[in-house]
Amino acid sequence: MDETAVSGRSANPEMPLARRRWLAVLAKAQLGELEAAWDALADKPRYRVLRRAEAGLVMLRGRVGGTGQPFNLGEMTMTRAAVQLVGADGEVSHAGFGHVAGRSARHAELVALFDALLQDPARHDALAATLVALLAAPQQAAKATQAAKAMATKVDFFTMVRGE
Amino acid sequence: MTGLTGTQRSGSADFARLELGFADPVHDAQSCFRTVLDAMAHPGSVTLLQGSLAGLPPAPLGPAAISIALTLCDIDTPIWLDPASAAADGYLTFHCGAPLAITPDEARFAFIADAAALPPLDTFALGSDEYPERSATLVIEVSGLVNNAGILLHGPGIRDETRLGVAGLPTRFWAERQALAELFPRGLDVLFVCDNKLAALPRSTRIEI
Repeated sequence: MDETAVSGRSANPEMPLARRRWLAVLAKAQLGELEAAWDALADKPRYRVLRRAEAGLVMLRGRVGGTGQPFNLGEMTMTRAAVQLVGADGEVSHAGFGHVAGRSARHAELVALFDALLQDPARHDALAATLVALLAAPQQAAKATQAAKAMATKVDFFTMVRGE
Repeated sequence: MTGLTGTQRSGSADFARLELGFADPVHDAQSCFRTVLDAMAHPGSVTLLQGSLAGLPPAPLGPAAISIALTLCDIDTPIWLDPASAAADGYLTFHCGAPLAITPDEARFAFIADAAALPPLDTFALGSDEYPERSATLVIEVSGLVNNAGILLHGPGIRDETRLGVAGLPTRFWAERQALAELFPRGLDVLFVCDNKLAALPRSTRIEI
């Protein structure tokens, strides 16, 4: 993820879908869940902060209306951070990025850390199977519940055929 | 928010290889800004820019040039890099958030690592009479900077006159700079950097060659 994602332009098409998905899941997770996962991590990696967490505004764009033209819905607060994993030999191995809604610096940093860890082939499978899958399930369920509730209020409009 | 135009591009970076920027972004940028301000207010004086970069500056740009970039450049200031310093593009776009200008005249800041291959000065944006600030600031890496020797300078910020010795600059630079003087208030502001040393040559300074 780079500056273009921050400045409200479309998502980077070069980023693999899997990474986009885990970034989304991590960003929507609760801070407590990520802290717990970090505390539970057996061998914590060494890392250095490439970009300290900083809060800013992003323009949210929407497509509503008959023509589907994008329009600027409004701005929201977002916090971003970037970290680099440092190996035992002092070499940097992977860089991770975190972008979260709101002002939680720690949340952004944890997302960046897990993003970096998930790019590490040696750690990816274990983390994807436990952390990402576990976080995604309740998020998915909440989304389904929300959708069902919204669906219950749906009104189908139709025009009755007028009698002769 | 400013979008990229057709003549700008964003840098390409392998983020795992990026070096760190300022150790303390806010205070380091403030102290660097003060140093650059003092240098611009006293043209021709060589000052030390106390670098506090947390990592190595991306070669061939030195700590002073990079500190200036981290302090002054952002999304509103397109940067032009000469071919010698092109490898710093990922670093500068990441840490400054600045777009890269493809041609020199698009740039608000130009970083020149190879002074010998400096493009003619009038290829950079010189501003207009109505908006003289819409011009470029050149940051030129030179091989040596000394006070009280070399070219004779006078003008605002200089009591009587002073001398600035710049090594590694093509001789045509001074003739081209002389030619720009009569365009004032249009013109170019130049920052010479050498490792962690800095000297300024703002457009208001008159030179004698």
